[in-house]
Amino acid sequence: MDTLVAQYTQPKFEKENYSEDDQMELYQPTPSLSLKFAMPPVAQPSAWLRAATDDHANPNCPIKIAHGTTTLGFRFQGGIIIATDSRATAGNWIASQTVKKVIEINNCLLGTMAGGAADCQYWLAYLGMQCRLHELRHKRRISVAAASKILANLVYSYKGMGLSMGTMCAGVTPSEGPALYYIDSDGTRLAGNLFCVGSGQTFAYGVLDAEYRYDLSDEEALELGRRSILAATHRDAYSGGFINLYHVKEDGWVKHGFSDTNPIFWKTKLEKGEFSNVTSELV
Amino acid sequence: MAAMFSQNPLMNGPNYSFNQAPVTAAGNKEHAFNPYTDNGGSTLAISGSDFAILAGDTRSTSGYNINTRYSPKVFKIGGTTSTQDDATLVLSVVGFAADGEALKERLDAIVKMYRYQHGKPMSVKACAQRLSTILYGKRFFPYYVHAILGGLDEEGRGAIYSYDPVGSYEREQCRAAGAAASLIMPFLDNQVNFKNQYIPGSGVGHELQEREKIPLPRNEVEDLVKDAFDSAVERHIEVGDGLQMLIITKDGIEEKYLPLKKD
Repeated sequence: MDTLVAQYTQPKFEKENYSEDDQMELYQPTPSLSLKFAMPPVAQPSAWLRAATDDHANPNCPIKIAHGTTTLGFRFQGGIIIATDSRATAGNWIASQTVKKVIEINNCLLGTMAGGAADCQYWLAYLGMQCRLHELRHKRRISVAAASKILANLVYSYKGMGLSMGTMCAGVTPSEGPALYYIDSDGTRLAGNLFCVGSGQTFAYGVLDAEYRYDLSDEEALELGRRSILAATHRDAYSGGFINLYHVKEDGWVKHGFSDTNPIFWKTKLEKGEFSNVTSELV
Repeated sequence: MAAMFSQNPLMNGPNYSFNQAPVTAAGNKEHAFNPYTDNGGSTLAISGSDFAILAGDTRSTSGYNINTRYSPKVFKIGGTTSTQDDATLVLSVVGFAADGEALKERLDAIVKMYRYQHGKPMSVKACAQRLSTILYGKRFFPYYVHAILGGLDEEGRGAIYSYDPVGSYEREQCRAAGAAASLIMPFLDNQVNFKNQYIPGSGVGHELQEREKIPLPRNEVEDLVKDAFDSAVERHIEVGDGLQMLIITKDGIEEKYLPLKKD
């Protein structure tokens, strides 16, 4: 009888306040990292978005999204080298010369940024969250293969919506050794030894392919990464600023500076006799 | 505005915004969803060793029309009262004023909620990350704004974070945004970050030594802001009328308003 009474009667004031779920909704007008996005009230959101933001299809578009980059990553015996430039452009305007294009997903995984800056920042932060959840659930670090696949599946689900990103995921795990993956917003996911991504990729490949060996020493590898980005900043107008260098090892990544290209260029030219196309005097 | 009150029947069709629908030579109307207007104006932020200044002009335009001479672009965020007297954060928004207003209200609500939930004010670092996700939440229908967030970091140093319309962000020493960004930003590179300034007589050509980078004192930064805006008003039609400056220090936020040329 008591159980029946308890089941069919409710305390008089139970519904007086907001329920716990209602309260949570009020606390959080929008959850911070979520997959709920506002959509324009039109039949073809992606077409509208392209007209509003894409500067190739529409040079007079109202919203300019930062683009243009050179990033590279390569595997060698001592781990992985990641190097980037630091310029962000919106049309011909240099929006920033100090962009951090290497995104520290956690203390042993790095991501690189090419294409839409916000897309890369947001989705690599989201990936960092997923990697941490994986660690908590499985009590071990996620493999680079799995992490890159989370990202690839995610961007594939937004295919055609106008995301723009060309990213590399780099990490060293006991099971895989040094692992490097290329993921882009088309849904491509490739494992490889060596990738260059962005508008300056061809110039970086030129130097990197010529000098690359798997048995490079740590010092040689860092210098090759730096030199490849320098070549790209020299020939690609959309690349420049500072050279951001990282070395990924099994016990985590090490940062090797965020250094101005200009003094490095002159040092390379004068001390090694390279860039002889540039004269230091007016002729 | 013109379309609303015009006697021209072609201009009085159903429009989604105050922007007139483009009319082709044959008189056929081109239908499109135009939710944005550029309200012009410019904002500027500089951080120092123990302060941060965010400034914006107060003119609001649409096309060649000046709609008002006093419409603030810099806002205090996350105070406990409607006057925002005890706020510690400042947001500046430039671009489409309605989106800017909506973004400000949204961020203010979130920062207030944070204080109630955690019993402490939100740090600039946390607020900066949160603002990024708010902007990205409208990735497919963006807020048409360039936002700058300012405050003091955990060590008490001035902190400036700048954003693109969809939420990519970066901490910087200084940033100009809006219509006159391309006029102001090169001036700031030279005067705040001492770009292309070298020590006289330190060498020839590429051997020149760069001038040492030191944080500027508050009075010098205030003068820089005034000079930047006076210069922008001279050469940009969408900038003028008034200059509003919010100066964040450990003692709170000080507001200064200075007149600019009104032509």
